[in-house]
Amino acid sequence: MSATTAVRTTPAAHRMRGLGALIASEFRLFLREAGSVVFALLFPAVLVVGVGYALPGMRDPIEGMGQPWDGHLAIHLYIPIALSLAVATVALSTLPTQIVTARELGVLRRISTTPMRPQGVLIAQVVVNLVTLVAASLLALTVGSLAFGIPAPQNPALAAVAFLLGAAATAGIGLLIGALVRKASAAGGIGMLIYFPMLFFAGMWTPGPLMPDAVAAIARFTPLGALSQALSEAWFTGEFPALQMVVMAAYIAVLYPLAAKLFRWQ
Amino acid sequence: MSIVVQVENLQKSYGTKTAVADVSFAVERGEIFGILGRNGAGKTTTVETLAGLRRADAGSLSVLGIDPRKDPQAIRAVLGVQLQEARLPAKITVIEALELFASFYPDPADPEVLIGMLGLTEHRGKQFAKLSGGLKQRLSIALALVGNPQVAVLDELTTGLDPQARRDVWDLVERVRDSGVTIILVTHFMDEAERLCDRLVVIDEGRVVAAGSPKELIRGGSDERTFRMRLPESTADPIDLIESLTDVHTVAIVDDEVEVTGTTHVLPAVILALAEAGVVPDEIRTMTRTLEDVFVDVTGHPAEEELAA
Repeated sequence: MSATTAVRTTPAAHRMRGLGALIASEFRLFLREAGSVVFALLFPAVLVVGVGYALPGMRDPIEGMGQPWDGHLAIHLYIPIALSLAVATVALSTLPTQIVTARELGVLRRISTTPMRPQGVLIAQVVVNLVTLVAASLLALTVGSLAFGIPAPQNPALAAVAFLLGAAATAGIGLLIGALVRKASAAGGIGMLIYFPMLFFAGMWTPGPLMPDAVAAIARFTPLGALSQALSEAWFTGEFPALQMVVMAAYIAVLYPLAAKLFRWQ
Repeated sequence: MSIVVQVENLQKSYGTKTAVADVSFAVERGEIFGILGRNGAGKTTTVETLAGLRRADAGSLSVLGIDPRKDPQAIRAVLGVQLQEARLPAKITVIEALELFASFYPDPADPEVLIGMLGLTEHRGKQFAKLSGGLKQRLSIALALVGNPQVAVLDELTTGLDPQARRDVWDLVERVRDSGVTIILVTHFMDEAERLCDRLVVIDEGRVVAAGSPKELIRGGSDERTFRMRLPESTADPIDLIESLTDVHTVAIVDDEVEVTGTTHVLPAVILALAEAGVVPDEIRTMTRTLEDVFVDVTGHPAEEELAA
């Protein structure tokens, strides 16, 4: 065999040449889907405004619930829920649908023939969804504080860490769907099948202290329930929700290696 | 002519199923090289191993001196690939797709130049889902060329296109070749291979069963010639006369015509004999062999079989 004069493998950085352009492209494509923009970006703010104005008593101060609730407006209980909703929407709906669509169309395979690696598509999709999530959450908080004087969290750093941990844990489920499901339509359906029970455990229908203890005890072992409870602590008591933080970290530790192992690029 | 792609004794199996049993060929710089075969013959697997998308089990591969197994990343920068059935996101526009793919390469072509060359100028702002089949294929070719490759693989380019769009795409492929890009054309269409390829291999059940230029293959099959003629109604049955000639192998009546096969001299011999007997045919047609006939000869089945599948 003759010696080859091949150009040796380029540094890893070159494999992601064009990643910026790929992220920009994913953003443009995301913004062209009016449905997902409204759903992912505006829904949490709409929930806060809708619940605050449409349900009776939501703008009245809470009495007789004990600390830390008394003195807050009832709508304030929806802060952790609106943020959990923002997480669930991108993590269980937008992200897995985008991943499965890219594979179903053959985009991942097509990209594999260029110097860009198909992992770049996943990175771009995660970035787009993360930015969307942060924007949707800030929008909900801003609208909420303007309309109903939503307070700042007792422990902002804890709130931020809990939020990112919960987002990552829930996205683990989305990534697992993205790894396993073949059809984009099926991915959306399965995502929705998980979405509503998750919102139930996050307290969508039984906010804050209204959630029965038995349900809350189960909820804290689900990623979105743990997130909602952890945010509640960070916002209203400032105490460290150790169990919920461990639960979210455990989901990440299990789901990510599993999704990576099961993921198919074509 | 220098060799730009060399494949020797390539083998690839998926589990117990052998996709490629033994494929060898060499592609010269500046030609359109065809890989012809039915679906499932091993064509796509062959080019996917070339492109570094799959790993060959055995054999040697070289694309511009690079072994795709040792350095798949280097292959991707120099080889343009148009994949069968790879689509783009529905809402990406022509120019956006080209600019995006250009950003992946160290030394890309100018997307605007490609858009002009492939006749996409008036469609540059159109979204992928709104392009016709022919325009999608043109964009697909443009994407295969956007990295300024020396070699481009085009896989099943014209499947599903109407006849006019097919001819347009063929013209484009020739134009791309004329611009200096070596092209490996994967197809199951005989007419496409016959029209476009400078040289080709026919692959069947994972093996090369024929190789050469379309002309060589068509000529090389046998020295037998065939023609059909229509004789005047009044003529007495001339079959015995024709059959008695030494240059004639067979005579048959097909659709009111007399079909004669024989040596390379069969046509003048028959015409002369008929003329001597006072018979002048109303019409004579020589039956030209096509690549299709060659394909049936070397594989034992018609090429279009898989279309039903």
